[in-house]
Order: sequence, then C-alpha cells, then structure tokens
Amino acid sequence: MNRINKLFETKKDNILSIYFTAGHPAPETASTIIELLQDNGVDMIEIGIPFSDPLADGPVIQQSSQQALADGMSLKKLLHELKTIRKNVQIPLLLMGYFNTIMHFGVESFCKQANAVGIDGVILPDLPLEVYKEQYKDMFKQYNIIPVFLITPSTPDERIRETEALSEGFIYMVSTSSTTGAKQGFSNENMSYFKRINDMNLKVPVITGFGISNKTTFEQACEYSAGAIIGSAFVKDISGEWELENKIEEFIAKLK
Amino acid sequence: MKYEVNNRGYYGKFGGAFIPEMLYPNVKELEKNYLKIMESDSFKTEFLSLLKNYVGRPSPLYYTKRLSDKYNINLYLKREDLNHTGSHKINNTIGQILMARHLGKKRIIAETGAGQHGVATATVCAREGLDCIVFMGATDVARQMPNVEKMQMLGATVIPVESGNKTLKDATNEAIRDWINHPKETHYIIGSVVGPHPYPDMVARFQSIISEEIRKQLQEQTGSPLPDTVIACVGGGSNAAGAFYHYLNEKTVKLVAVEADGLGLETGETAATMAAGSPGIIHGSMTMLMQTDDGQIVEPYSISAGLDYPGIGPLHAHLFDSKRANFIRATDTEAIEAAFELTRMEGIIPALESAHALAALKKLNFKKGETVVLNVSGRGDKDMEAYRKHIKSETKKEKQVDTHAEKETHDIFRASYSVPENTMQQRADEINGLYVP
Repeated sequence: MNRINKLFETKKDNILSIYFTAGHPAPETASTIIELLQDNGVDMIEIGIPFSDPLADGPVIQQSSQQALADGMSLKKLLHELKTIRKNVQIPLLLMGYFNTIMHFGVESFCKQANAVGIDGVILPDLPLEVYKEQYKDMFKQYNIIPVFLITPSTPDERIRETEALSEGFIYMVSTSSTTGAKQGFSNENMSYFKRINDMNLKVPVITGFGISNKTTFEQACEYSAGAIIGSAFVKDISGEWELENKIEEFIAKLK
Repeated sequence: MKYEVNNRGYYGKFGGAFIPEMLYPNVKELEKNYLKIMESDSFKTEFLSLLKNYVGRPSPLYYTKRLSDKYNINLYLKREDLNHTGSHKINNTIGQILMARHLGKKRIIAETGAGQHGVATATVCAREGLDCIVFMGATDVARQMPNVEKMQMLGATVIPVESGNKTLKDATNEAIRDWINHPKETHYIIGSVVGPHPYPDMVARFQSIISEEIRKQLQEQTGSPLPDTVIACVGGGSNAAGAFYHYLNEKTVKLVAVEADGLGLETGETAATMAAGSPGIIHGSMTMLMQTDDGQIVEPYSISAGLDYPGIGPLHAHLFDSKRANFIRATDTEAIEAAFELTRMEGIIPALESAHALAALKKLNFKKGETVVLNVSGRGDKDMEAYRKHIKSETKKEKQVDTHAEKETHDIFRASYSVPENTMQQRADEINGLYVP
C-alpha cells in the first residue's frame, strides 16, 4: 500500500505536512531536512523541485528556488540525492513542482525514478486535471505515484467532484485565492469555505495549504480538514545560517 | 491541416491551458465568454469605430518604389507604425479593454518588456477610466525610462519586477501571480498571442484586422487580395499572427516569420525560439521555448526588447510544426542594417522589431516581380539610441556595432546554456513525441 494511504488510514486529523525547496538553504541538505522533519514528528513531506518560473509561488519560495538553482540543483541531482532516503525515512514523501521540469525530464522516466527512490506522490499545480486524466493517469498508476490535485475557494462544486474522482491520496485545499506565503490568519469567510468543503464529504481526505504559518493557523486549518501543509513559513525559517537541527526542532515544537 | 484553435484550446499539439488551479475560474470565465462577446454587434461596432477614429485605421498599405526595384519584387509595407501609440499593440488593447468592460472588470493588469504594450494598455485604461497596473522587469524599467514616464503620465502604476531575471518573462510571471491574488475584479491584458487558451486565439483575432485590411488594400492596388509572400517578425508573435491570419488557409501565400537571432545562434546569445528551443510549457501554454537540459527557462538575448522572449505563441509553434510558415532568423546587426536601408530608401524609421522582418528581404529567394507584403509592426522612435550608435560607428568606419553591451544579463542559467548540437533532429523528435490533444 502506498505510504500516503497508509498514513490517512492510521491518522485522521492534525496531520502535519511540511514543504521545503530542495537545495535550500544550501546544496545537499534535502536528505538531512527530511530526516530531521521525520524525527520531530512531521507526518508527511513535500519536497519542492526548484523551477525558474514558479507561477503559483510567492516571494519566499521564489527566492529559495532561485538560490537552489543558482547553487546547481536540478531534478536529476535531487533524485540522485534521494537514492538512500528510504534507509531511515518511513513517512510519505511527495515531490512538488511545475510540469515543464517533469515534461522535459520525460514523464515516464520521472515516474519510474521517483518510484525507485521511494516517492509516494506528486503535486504539479500547473498540470491540468484533463491532461492528467487523458495522458498520464495510467503511467502514474503503473509506478504507484499518487497525484494530488488542488481545489480553491472558487473551484465550482462540479469540478471538485471531478477532482475527487481522480484523487487517490488526498485533495490539497488551497485556503485563499493567492500565491504561496503567510497570511494574517484566516477570516470567517475562509472558515466557512473550509466547512463547505468538509460538508461535501469527499471520498478522500482533505489537507489545507497556503497561508498556514503557526499554531493558530494550523489549528484553524485542521478544524475542518485532516491536516495542513506549511511551506513558506518553514522555508523562511530555515533560510540563512545553517543550524538546521535546532531550527527545525524549534519550528515544529512551536506548532504543537 | 487546420490552423484555427480547436475547441479544446489547441493548435495541433500546442496551446492548452497549463495553469495553476487558482487561475482556472478566471481563464474559464474568459473562455466561456470571449467569442460570444467579440461576435456581438455592439462589441464589433464599438471596436471597429475605435480602430477607425482613435487608432487611425485602416493603416496604409504602401508600395515601395526604390526597395521594390532593388529586390526585383513588388514590395508593400503594412504601416502599423502609424497607429496611435506607435505600433500594432493598440489593436489588441482596444479589444481587450472592451472585453474587460463586458466582463465587468474594474482593474486592469498587464506585463511589458520595452514598454510598448504597457503604453498601449495604459492608453486604453485612461480612455476607459479603469485602474491600470503594469508589471515591468526592473532591468527594463531602468533602460526604457521614456515609456515608463508615458505610462505614468497616462495614470498607470508601473511596478518594477525584482524577481527572476527582472525582464519580460518575469514581468509576465508577476502579472499572472497578481491575477491569482486578485481573481475577481481583475482582467489581465496579455500583450501577445501567448498565455493559456483562450488568450492566443483572442489576441490573434484582435490583431487579424491587419490581414483583413491587407486583403482589401491589395485588391484595390493590384486587383488581387493575395500576395505571394507575407513577412513579419516574431517574438511572442502577435503582429505576425495578425498579418498571417486571413492567409493561413490560402495555400499559395507563403508565410515568413523572422525571429531575432541576437549575436547569432552559435553564440547562444539568441532569441530565435524555433531554432534554439524545444517543446515545453511557458506562461500556461504548451509551445516551443528556450530551456536548459533541466527544463529551466532561459533568458533570451536580442537587441530588440520586443522580440526578447524565450517562448513563442502556440499558433506559431503549430505553423512551424506543420511547415505552414517558414521561420528564419536575423541578427542584431542584420536588423540594424535593414532599418537603415528602409530609412534611407523610403524615409521610414522602423522599430527594431520590424527591422528584423526587413532583414528577411536579403535572405529570401524571391521570384522576379512577386508581390510581397511586409508588416512594419512599429515605429523606431523608441530605438533611436541603438540607431544613433550605428550612425556613430558608420562615421568611425567601425564594422560591427557592439550591441551586446546594451543589455546586462542577470540570468543564472545563461552560463549553463548552449544551443543544443544536432538541434534540428532532436527538436523534430521531441515535437513528434508530443501528444495530439
């Protein structure tokens, strides 16, 4: 069974998922960050594949991607770095990035190699649902890679149902109409959207992302969904000077 | 072969809408409504009236006596340079501002490179009384001050973009991000036949007035609406889309698209996407683009800021793939020489972009006496600094103009980028491997 499905079978709420950009804050830190996140009790990890033109990302992830690329990070290097990751890491790992990188790499070789290093799922915000369904569904299935799709406050119900039908792991609920990055908490409007989605009783769990940066927003997000993803706030926190061990421990501790 | 966009938003293998889900409602709203709005009588009447009375259309189709003699052809110039704001860009912004009004949008955003599309957008926003925010790479802001000042005088807010390489590609990214963050009230006036469906088709339709007029004017002047050849420069490709549009299904008419080749393909300092690029996704569209082995988008180089784009509209990728159009290249130097030739033989100072189209005259094998229409997409006022340098070098009898020093590159990928060897075969294989939606 895919580790993503296993996680959701054993844990139904307060799932904590962390995003970081591979190659940030410095080259060859991905494996260390993953192991530290697991050791500090994180349930799931999204590993960002840096891209030159990240359309859905705010300044923090843009800058982390640019720094990683300037330091020579590439998808090929990342997959190489992750080769031994499954020795010590048991939690689900997803790759998150933009479709051009995957397409240029070759979608099938990507799936094959991702599966070989122990990747469980992918999040590709600019791969349209329709294109996935028509061209890549069988390929992803063959290599046991679970695709995760996004819904937003303005996604029509009908499209949410289509997303549900194609989802095998979880649905990524984007909290607000925005690019990635921290917000000043969630409004009543946000909360009623979370509730509306919760009330749809989707067949797969929902995880909330975008705008979650601390304990308060994490708890708000978990009220109506199985868990939440923290990205920009974490990436910002581990920027600059190293000391990854202390920084990560403190960051996660503050959320609990 | 079909050259129109299909009902799924593709030109052959190219196009589509590869956008983050956050943009889906906006793009869908536009897709659902654009044709209905554009084809309504009230829209058509107002659009055509503005093109006539505000833009100054029809733009002349001018027979060049001396250039025709020189090349042994009958050369006609389509004078888009005579439009209000100085280029073909206004055809699209007039159309899109009316579209925005019909969609009930109150806030307009746009990207701009050299500032031509930014000025054309700020102009129509002033006329319509709408808020206008123009994203422009910080590097471009610094080197295109006169256009920045024009936009500001027109009441637009110019936002210098500090992300990425700080040029057109990044300005476009930032406009798209702004749209994600302000989905309800904002219309994004994209400046070329690029972006997610339905933008390439909508912009091509607005620009198609160019070839619609050429047909009529050529009929009047020669007795036939059909030339032998149509030539236009291509960056994103909007003026070429407009000039080709009503000839796409006329098999006897040869279409020539001229890409900017910077310092030459072999140097890697080029913006000739078809020669240096491969299939991929840029700004929401499956098309040809310049990228590294790792799929990172490369900053192109050309002396012409309007052709300095790492992608190309999906229509053009399809015209290339289907061999409907012939894609050739002109370097910085060839373009500048062609600009001087037109200036001194016909008394027209063209934009650097259009100068690339003019450079094709020396490169093509014409039949004696064939009828050629060349689209002069814009005027050269904005390019006087580059031209002045050439005049100086003429007087000093220097052979080469050092055009490259004009542009500082911030591109972190440039170092690792070289035009792939065996590029023709590799590219053909990659295109053949694409899915046909």
